[in-house]
Amino acid sequence: MITTPLAGYLLVAALLFAIGLAGALTRRNAILVLIGIELMLNAANLNLIAFWRYGPHPEALTGMMFAIFSIAVAAAEAAVGLGLVIAIHRHAHTTDLDEINRMKG
Amino acid sequence: MIQEAAAAFAPQITASAITGILWLIPAFPIVASGIIAVLKQPRRRASAALAIGSLACSLLLALAAMGHVLAGRFNGFAVRETVNFTWIQVGAAQVELGWVLDPLSAVMLVMVCFVGLLIFIYSTGYMAHDENFTRFFCFLSLFAGAMLGVVISNSLLLLFMSWELVGLTSYLLIGFWYQKPSAAAAAKKAFLTTRVGDVFFLLGMVWLFAQTGTLLFYNAGKGSIEPLRLALLLVTPSHLGMTAATGIALLIFAGAVGKSGQLPLHVWLPDAMEGPTPVSALIHAATMVAAGVYLVARVYPLMQAGVQVSQSGEVIGSTTALTVVTWVGASTALFAALIAVAQNDIKRILAYSTVSQLGYMMAGLGVGGVAVGMFHLITHAFFKALLFMGAGSVIHGCHEEQDIRHMGNLKIEMPFTFLTYLAGMLALSGVPIFAGFWSKDAILESTHTWDVSRAPFYMLVFGAFLTAFYMMRQVSYVFFGNWRGHGEAHESPSVMLLPLMVLAFFAIFLGFLGTPFWPWFRAFLDGHPAEFGLGAFKEPGLLALMGTSSLVVLLGLGIGWRLYGNKSVRADDADVLEIRFPTLWTLFENKFYIDELYGVTVIAFYAWWARVADWMDRRVWGGIVTGVSWLARVGAQASSLFDTDWINGGFDKSCEELANGGGLMAGVQNGRVQIYLRLLALAVVVLAAILIWSSRG
Repeated sequence: MITTPLAGYLLVAALLFAIGLAGALTRRNAILVLIGIELMLNAANLNLIAFWRYGPHPEALTGMMFAIFSIAVAAAEAAVGLGLVIAIHRHAHTTDLDEINRMKG
Repeated sequence: MIQEAAAAFAPQITASAITGILWLIPAFPIVASGIIAVLKQPRRRASAALAIGSLACSLLLALAAMGHVLAGRFNGFAVRETVNFTWIQVGAAQVELGWVLDPLSAVMLVMVCFVGLLIFIYSTGYMAHDENFTRFFCFLSLFAGAMLGVVISNSLLLLFMSWELVGLTSYLLIGFWYQKPSAAAAAKKAFLTTRVGDVFFLLGMVWLFAQTGTLLFYNAGKGSIEPLRLALLLVTPSHLGMTAATGIALLIFAGAVGKSGQLPLHVWLPDAMEGPTPVSALIHAATMVAAGVYLVARVYPLMQAGVQVSQSGEVIGSTTALTVVTWVGASTALFAALIAVAQNDIKRILAYSTVSQLGYMMAGLGVGGVAVGMFHLITHAFFKALLFMGAGSVIHGCHEEQDIRHMGNLKIEMPFTFLTYLAGMLALSGVPIFAGFWSKDAILESTHTWDVSRAPFYMLVFGAFLTAFYMMRQVSYVFFGNWRGHGEAHESPSVMLLPLMVLAFFAIFLGFLGTPFWPWFRAFLDGHPAEFGLGAFKEPGLLALMGTSSLVVLLGLGIGWRLYGNKSVRADDADVLEIRFPTLWTLFENKFYIDELYGVTVIAFYAWWARVADWMDRRVWGGIVTGVSWLARVGAQASSLFDTDWINGGFDKSCEELANGGGLMAGVQNGRVQIYLRLLALAVVVLAAILIWSSRG
């Protein structure tokens, strides 16, 4: 039934993660960095699902549960992250991360 | 005689009620002294009342104790009751204290309390104008308590403690007018001179304890001067062929020599006259200086240990200790009498007379036994206190004048003082009927029959002659002739005269307690019945001896009267004897140059030694100390260098490095989120690489 091997999913997930990471590291805009982080989270979700499906107990819905949890957490995280971005924007009138360096001790 | 005495003193296991509370007798004055010490200076009446009241209580108790002893006599046994208790227990050894009631202590208790009370009363008059009235009574009370402590002690240690307390109060009272440099010096001299004797006393005490293991005198057969322990002491050999008994006895006697002003430690007693006159009367005539005599009497069994006794109980020969006592006593008696002849200070004459009479007592103890010496001690206490207080009255009346050349004809202005003084003077001289005659005669009689040598007898007879002579000279100067003083002399207040009269009564009549035809006093002390009988006069030699001594005394009085009596002289006239015997006079007047001799020997040696010690301190010990301190400083310097250069440097360096490292790390924390993120990613990559790598291996 299953035609696509596990490595394929993993490769897609790794690619997705690498794209997300590159975005998070290189973009100056805080919102784009958040989007990069979302991509990396979804790459991890994809891994969870893939390992579940190709794991020893595909009938138990464990991988699905993890993925749903992860998505819920990602949603909360995105909400908090966007809230922070809005607060920072109000405060500093910019979302450029190079400008926002007041976190240093 | 000894066996008789030993048998007569039945051992008393249980003490009677009066012995049980005997300690109250010294306790009263000591407590009173403590209370007076905290009273304020203006509370004069309260302090005098306390002192006199407490001593009166003691006197009542002493009389009760005396009554108990007398009651025992009536029932046919001699009382010797003791109360002993352990003070310190160290392992098996224990130090015991205790008190004793026997005829000897009873008679001393009554004497000290009685004479002391009279002198206290007299002092309220004599010291009336003194600023430090309360302090005076504080010391006087403390003295009385300490002296009574000496008397009741049944332990050499308790006796020694009281003895030192007595010495302390003597020091305090001689230096009572400490503003006078001479008084301060005299106090110091008295303290140091008696200390010489006390050191020997202490040595004797330690030795006695080491040998017998107890310092109690009487302890139901186990006391240190009871036959059992004495026998032990007698067989214990010591240095120079002496037995331990002799050695200890001589050491204890050295203590008595210091306290009682015997040769060669007599020098402090005349100087002690710098104190107030009541002090001279109480401490330096009647009681404290007699403590030495009392001490010898108390340890008499030790002094007499090993003496040979004939079949009839008579003592044959003498012991070494008693021979020493006799010779010291006899020489002191003669020596001090010679000096007294050439003195001009009314109190100094009496002081040398006291030294001389103490010599008589010692000689009496040495040859005749306890009763002979103690009898003279008691009579002397009364008439010498009388004489001193009379002299105090004279000084008081002559506006603090003490030089007899600046007095004269006081019999008109001071009749009561004159009459009482005359009684004391006749008693001291030893005129028949008066107290001094009987007690001195007892001493002369025993020296006359002494087996060892006849010389003390002649010395004492000559001393008696001199005594009569110098007393006559003094009385003539003070009460007869012409008035050579300044101002008007006046009679003293009655509070001073009353004690004089009481004492005069005793100075005249006290001797009848110990006459040859009724030797009650001796019998009382020795513990056997006294027989009244004129038979004693039939004894060959006794009447002749009494005749001789009376004759000698009358001769002395006569020559004195002939040379000094009722003549008009000027105050700066040379003495009659000075004109006739200038060399001898100078010798006597300067007290045989004993003070000067000590000045160039003992004191010079001490001064030299002090200089040597000072030099040693500065150069030798000081040098060593400086060297050690220098070494310490070098060490400190080295350690300081090590500290700054190594330890501090090391710490500084490491701190600096830490700071640098911190700066480096701080650079990473630049607050740019993406740098953090990059590091995180890098870390994840590294982690992943390690995981992959390790899963392969």
